[in-house]
Amino acid sequence: MCKAAAIPFTGTKEQEQELYEAIARHKEQKGALMPVIQEAQRIYGYMPEEVQRMVSEGMGVSLSEVYGVVTFYSQFSLTPKGKYKIVICMGTACYVIGAGQIMERFEKELGIKDGECTEDMKFSLDGARCVGACGLAPVISVNEDVYGKIIADKVPEILKNYKDN
Amino acid sequence: METKMVNIKINNVSLQVPENLTILEAAKYANIDIPTLCYMKGLCEIGACRICLAEVKGGRALVAACVFPIFDGMEVQTNTPVIRESRKHTLELLVSDHKRECLSCVRSGSCQLQTLCHDYGVDENTFQGMTHHYEIDDKSPALVRDNTKCVLCRRCIAACSDVQSVSVIDAVYRGFKTNISCAFGHTLEEAPCVYCGQCTVVCPTGALTEKDDTKKVLDAIADPDKKVFVFAAPSIRVTLGEAFDMPLGSIVTGKLAAALKRMGFDGVYDMALTADLTIMEEAHEFLDRVKTGGKLPIITSCSPGWVKFCEHYYPELISNLSTCKSPQQMFGAMLKTYFAEKNNLDPKDVFVVSVIPCTAKKFELGCDNQSAAGVPDVDVAITTRELARMIKADGINFVNLPDEEFDNPFGTVSGAGVIFGATGGVLEASLRTASHWLDENFEVVNFNEVRGPDGVRRATYKIAGMDVKVAVASGLANARELLDAVKNGTEEFHMIEIMACPGGCINGGGQPNQSDTIRNNVDLVAVRTKAIYKADEGLPLRKSFENPEIKVLYEEFLGVPGSEKAHHILHTTNAKRNVF
Repeated sequence: MCKAAAIPFTGTKEQEQELYEAIARHKEQKGALMPVIQEAQRIYGYMPEEVQRMVSEGMGVSLSEVYGVVTFYSQFSLTPKGKYKIVICMGTACYVIGAGQIMERFEKELGIKDGECTEDMKFSLDGARCVGACGLAPVISVNEDVYGKIIADKVPEILKNYKDN
Repeated sequence: METKMVNIKINNVSLQVPENLTILEAAKYANIDIPTLCYMKGLCEIGACRICLAEVKGGRALVAACVFPIFDGMEVQTNTPVIRESRKHTLELLVSDHKRECLSCVRSGSCQLQTLCHDYGVDENTFQGMTHHYEIDDKSPALVRDNTKCVLCRRCIAACSDVQSVSVIDAVYRGFKTNISCAFGHTLEEAPCVYCGQCTVVCPTGALTEKDDTKKVLDAIADPDKKVFVFAAPSIRVTLGEAFDMPLGSIVTGKLAAALKRMGFDGVYDMALTADLTIMEEAHEFLDRVKTGGKLPIITSCSPGWVKFCEHYYPELISNLSTCKSPQQMFGAMLKTYFAEKNNLDPKDVFVVSVIPCTAKKFELGCDNQSAAGVPDVDVAITTRELARMIKADGINFVNLPDEEFDNPFGTVSGAGVIFGATGGVLEASLRTASHWLDENFEVVNFNEVRGPDGVRRATYKIAGMDVKVAVASGLANARELLDAVKNGTEEFHMIEIMACPGGCINGGGQPNQSDTIRNNVDLVAVRTKAIYKADEGLPLRKSFENPEIKVLYEEFLGVPGSEKAHHILHTTNAKRNVF
């Protein structure tokens, strides 16, 4: 979470308004914490402390409970996603053929860890379970672009495709 | 309605038991205690730890006895080799990721994990693998959290959320990363924790404990320049015996005084005296508010867990709180002003130790406006558990001690001061004095309607032609019911007593840890409550204003209840705190 702390929260009034509307829609509903957190994640793209506080206050649920739910489900993220979302398949086939080294190389090149985002908000890095393209193992994706059968030494080259944009 | 009975067999013994029981409950009818770790009756019944496994004939797999319902014709085994092996594996896995400092752990001897490992012969680290490293959270003045001793039973979460409605800790992350934490890894000090310590009472291991302050006490006693005085809270006399395996509900007032005298203190006192003093001030404040149209209902302020809860969660009711300090703070304040003055002592050289059933009192002594003599009224507060450890370490044979008296002055207490230790006690004590002040011929001493096990109790007393409406709540989730009614104006009262801990101080967060077997089979709160009312009835004085020592304190020093001097020394202020 070290990088997340360095990225300041930039929520807008409009986003806040949208979240409060979502809370108002669900407030009286039993077990509505999940759908509200899903809405919040959709609105902000991630679940920083500021947003979790709004959910906690709005729903009348303790912050620790909101945090417990957010950290339990992998669909929620504590850190923002970058302009370019790098996803590395860590499924069995990719893993045995070297996805671990590829992840390490991305971490080294970008100076962030799995699940984090660079301070300029350009790149985020996430390990994923099997993406169903085992024939291309090891496979990664950057937004909609898919790269198959890559090796760690190709990582700088891949990043170069996005650095100048 | 008659309960339907069903026929079952447990370990080949045929039984007829009421339906709607779990296997665990039914086994008690066969005098079998199935071992548990996460289960706690009425608090945590989630079948998570897999220790209470049982074998149901015809079933596919072992089941968790604490949640599995019985049915007619059921045949259960609770001690087969398969079950024993499974329990042992579970324990070995838990121990493989547990900080094993059992030799010095404060819970050694009262640890449920240790007991089970002993029973199942688990002492070596069978499984070598990844282990967790967590930072110990010891930032707060009251509580310590050490997740490396946590077994993830979630009893603390149930106590914090369901019983106290505070909910500052929860299970976060999942799988191997699961741990019990405040939101965003904050410390308890940063979180809006009220330090009630109910989590430390239900924790089966040493993962949640009080902050140990015993060394500070020993250092002060060893310091030749310090005069060290100690006083013990009302409830200690009915719980301390438990730590020495005495029968539950033993009243050990005399042994308590004797033990403290053998520990090297310069004066050994009974805090029930300042409970009486609190009543004088609080009853006066109540009548004053009634006469002058002040803020009502007046809400008691002697439970620091409740006061902190009010400051965080009900700031709009802060002006309803009595401005009286708690009996702990009043005793310290009187020792460092009146007593120091009388004995030519510099308050700076007076070291005051309180023995309390409460973890929040460790926090209270450092709060604003709790230093009448310019130095903190109380220097260290130790819980019943800490005192028991000190007595044991000092080699004092507590059980065989003779009954001795607390020191004078401050040695005489009334029964009203003693019942402060149980829910409803402060209100009853106030009523005993306030009713007398309103009507000298008012004869009721036992206000039975405000006693009892219900979380919220209401009563109306006709005193001097006035309908005095009172209410009592213990346990903060119960308190919310009353507070919301007051806030929304749906109910009106003159006086409310709130205790943070369910049942009051006798069930405080600093009271002795009892084994799961006792917690799940005995109504501890009821036993301890009964003992404290017995202690009250055994005293010649039942009303605070009758206490001759109290009369002397006002004549020699304070003037009258509510005087400017009394306000300076015995009253305090409260302020809003944030919820994070």
